[in-house]
Amino acid sequence: MTQQFYVSPEQLMKDRADFARKGIARGRSVVVISGADGIALVAENPSPSLHKIGEIYDKIAFAAVGKYNEFESLRQAGVRYADVRGYSYDREDVTARGLASVYAQSLGAVFTAEQKPFEVELAVAEVGRTQEQDHLYRLTFDGSIADEKGFVVMGGVAEQVAGVVAAGWHADLGLADVLRLAVKALATDKEVDALPGTAVEAAVLDRSSESGRGSRRAFRRLRAEEITQLLTGEA
Amino acid sequence: MQDPAAGHLATQATSSFTEHLQRSRPELLPFNQTLPAGHIPPVPHGTTIVALSYPGGVLVAGDRRATMGNVIASRHIEKVFPADEYSVLGIAGTAGLAIDIIRLFQVELEHYEKIEGTLLSLDGKANRLGAMIRGNLGMAMQGLAVIPLFAGFDLVSGVGRLFSYDVTGGRYEEIEHHSVGSGSVFARGALKKLWRPNLTEDEAVAVAMEALYDAADDDSATGGPDPVRQLWPVVYTVNRAGARRISERELAAVAGSIVESRAVAGREA
Repeated sequence: MTQQFYVSPEQLMKDRADFARKGIARGRSVVVISGADGIALVAENPSPSLHKIGEIYDKIAFAAVGKYNEFESLRQAGVRYADVRGYSYDREDVTARGLASVYAQSLGAVFTAEQKPFEVELAVAEVGRTQEQDHLYRLTFDGSIADEKGFVVMGGVAEQVAGVVAAGWHADLGLADVLRLAVKALATDKEVDALPGTAVEAAVLDRSSESGRGSRRAFRRLRAEEITQLLTGEA
Repeated sequence: MQDPAAGHLATQATSSFTEHLQRSRPELLPFNQTLPAGHIPPVPHGTTIVALSYPGGVLVAGDRRATMGNVIASRHIEKVFPADEYSVLGIAGTAGLAIDIIRLFQVELEHYEKIEGTLLSLDGKANRLGAMIRGNLGMAMQGLAVIPLFAGFDLVSGVGRLFSYDVTGGRYEEIEHHSVGSGSVFARGALKKLWRPNLTEDEAVAVAMEALYDAADDDSATGGPDPVRQLWPVVYTVNRAGARRISERELAAVAGSIVESRAVAGREA
């Protein structure tokens, strides 16, 4: 019988964290920015069908970086959680805070108990009636949860990207401005000034979906043409 | 070694909300209950639903009455709801179960859309509703039947389509028009005379209101337009642009002109 070497808990956790960080650092970045018209979620993603951004519930959206299979299973679990909760209580009772804390618990449990931690980082966004009521949560692979103000940046070169967003962000940016800022930020580690509309995946949580579109579902995916139009159009 | 978390998630992989509830929270389903022996006390029943097609869309309308034996349980119950962006349904039968089945069906369609990232086909939606009604068969045998009428716009073929159901979940595609509920016999008679090809949307709304008026005239469990309380039937149309609820103002005008024309005619029916 082979005897396992002793590894201290500190070392074990550090190894796991390093492993997860390396996996996430390989991925492209995602930014979530709150603006005057709502919350924009923008990811560098050339695939039109394998999404990094998804709808969870009426006012709640999800964005992720890292391994697709892992964050996709978390997204689906989030949709199930929200739909069961909304069905058994009421649609109003589904909140980003509740969802984020469920995600935090699952990520934390996987980080300590499973063979390998999830190599993902998530953002859960909830749009409110006013910008002060917006909620942005950022969840890391070990189950840490952070309540962010204004914007969330995740992924490989998050610090550089966050620098650009922080420099350009203020509360009353419109949708086109937010999108332009996001695309500019996502291009920081590249030669170009901004990514083309076809290389990004973008969605918004409209602040006024009820009055604007007559729908309680605030989530709206932006088509490539729409993104290009918003990026080039004068605001 | 198989990752237990991943294995667990894979077995959970279903795009159906109903299946998910059946596995994890069966007590939340409106059906699948085993009822104890005994007599079921009177419960509210919803009555007449009519549906008809017109070029470019379909329409579903329902009166506002629920009855409990000889008592009017509600004068303003709503029995027609949008199922998703491109389909609507009306339900006759046990009101409590019907409203929960509608709620479940709405979540079922939205859940599929969110998980799969695409809308379910119209036939797929109609089949899912049939499966739910079949799930309710045990309750139907105890006298708690629920009968829906489903209508939607088929985005592929570009036409509006109608589906009726029986208590066993049997799904039947209807052409032109159909009605369900206690006043359906009278409503169908009216629809047969009033429906014609090439109705405009406004004319289709008027035909549905006339049919409900006739049902209310002869069936005590169907409510007619109520100018005293300003209550009108609930009417939804579905076309390529999606489902739309006809406004109270439009319905008041249509109901007014029906009452007026019948008063002028001064005939027995």
